[in-house]
Amino acid sequence: MADHTETERAAGAAGGDGVSPRTGGNGAGALAPRLPKPKPPGYFEGETMTRRALFSGGVVAAGGIATAAILLPAIGFAVGPVFEEEDFPWQSVGPPSKFGEDDYTPVTFSMVTDVGEAGKTLAYVRRRNPAIDTKLMDEYVAISTRCAHLGCPVRWVSPAQRFVCPCHGGVYDAQGQVEGGPPVRPLDRFKTRVQNGQVQIGPRYSVNSDLKRFSARDPGEPLDGLWQYLYPKRFSVPPVSG
Amino acid sequence: MAIRIPKPPLPGRRRPPRPAEPPPDGGPALKDQAAEAGVGIAGWVDERTGVGGFTKGMLFRKVPKGTNWFYTLGSATLFAFLSQAVTGIFLAMYYDPSPDRAYDSVQHITNEVWLGDLVRGMHRWGATVMIVLIFLHMGRVFFFGAYKYPRELNWVIGVVLLVLTLGMGFTGYLLPFDQRSFWATVVGVNINGTAPVLGPYLSDFLRAGPEFGATTLSRFYAIHMLLIPILIAALITIHLYLVVKLGTTAPPWLKAKLPEPLEKERV
Repeated sequence: MADHTETERAAGAAGGDGVSPRTGGNGAGALAPRLPKPKPPGYFEGETMTRRALFSGGVVAAGGIATAAILLPAIGFAVGPVFEEEDFPWQSVGPPSKFGEDDYTPVTFSMVTDVGEAGKTLAYVRRRNPAIDTKLMDEYVAISTRCAHLGCPVRWVSPAQRFVCPCHGGVYDAQGQVEGGPPVRPLDRFKTRVQNGQVQIGPRYSVNSDLKRFSARDPGEPLDGLWQYLYPKRFSVPPVSG
Repeated sequence: MAIRIPKPPLPGRRRPPRPAEPPPDGGPALKDQAAEAGVGIAGWVDERTGVGGFTKGMLFRKVPKGTNWFYTLGSATLFAFLSQAVTGIFLAMYYDPSPDRAYDSVQHITNEVWLGDLVRGMHRWGATVMIVLIFLHMGRVFFFGAYKYPRELNWVIGVVLLVLTLGMGFTGYLLPFDQRSFWATVVGVNINGTAPVLGPYLSDFLRAGPEFGATTLSRFYAIHMLLIPILIAALITIHLYLVVKLGTTAPPWLKAKLPEPLEKERV
């Protein structure tokens, strides 16, 4: 060890870059120039990158590539569902005669498959009533029971003509518009169509207080004014067009 | 130019001397031999790891005058975490994180497994105890001013640990998979989703999709029993290292005693 340093010092001194304090001519002890930094082994004049820097850089790069090769796929695996659009099959909920114009009929269907009862959800369906449904022209109105506050299940109270949420007291009118409590936007709806003599329910969509359509948002996310940009469309839900 | 090979470094210290051999005639009594065997094993390990000095420095470090019972709240939190880890590992032996089996397996643990209700109860109540202890510990550090220089980083790590522990509470709440835990998780994920811009995507990550689906439960289970505990254990290690390295603070009501001449000068 000691031998190694000695030779390097000698090499540095021989290069003529500096003056050793002990052999320096001026003899001013306090102001003696500092010993030059020893050159690394294999140094040559005019080099831009030492062998040591090349190797440490190479080791760091190799380690980084190896770590990324493991970590990035693993993270992508966990995060994947965020970017994957989920399929939502149309489901028949009954013949058109089942649904009236003036009151809602509850229907049960599977929102998510493979989770048993937990994947089922309830929607309230009625035929479009031209007297009140002036903004949306779907033939059937299917209102989601997911409260727009934090997602508890609302229920339709027919005598009061209101949707009422059991958790935090949200109240909606017959159109699903907020009448009271904490909800930030009207109740979500489902697309509907009639096929083979059956009313079918399709993907969920959200509406703002003017009943303008948006792709499905989670509860608690307002859609009026600038809010629609703070809660953007997610990759996992279908676009609202159509 | 000749290749110069550096000489191997000399050992810095001499090795500690080997323990003396027992005398050949007669020898010590069996009891003494047994006592020495324990010392021998400890010495054998210590000679090869140097763990003795570390343990001694950790357990017999100096603490300031006035150290009192409030200083035990951090250790209490640590033991609450260890208790959660042990009971959690054993609960995982009986728990089944699939949507149609989770509720039944928790009922099985509670009603049929021997001591199952006790171990589940320890885990369930221990979770609350740990949160309470964390806040008491945090209060102690805050009111004693122990977060000040040079311990700010340890305060920050402690806050991250608090958030991770709350995450444990949130993810663990779903696992019994009854009505209460299901709807509480729906509400909790939606509260998280109200964070602007990133909130909706984070909700999709937690649920593994736009709706509470088949993999949501196993995802919460993996986060609850692997991801967050590993992070907590790693951060506790750093937290403790900094506590030992920086030492603890004296209580604020205890003034430092200056040497006699300085004491006079101050008046």
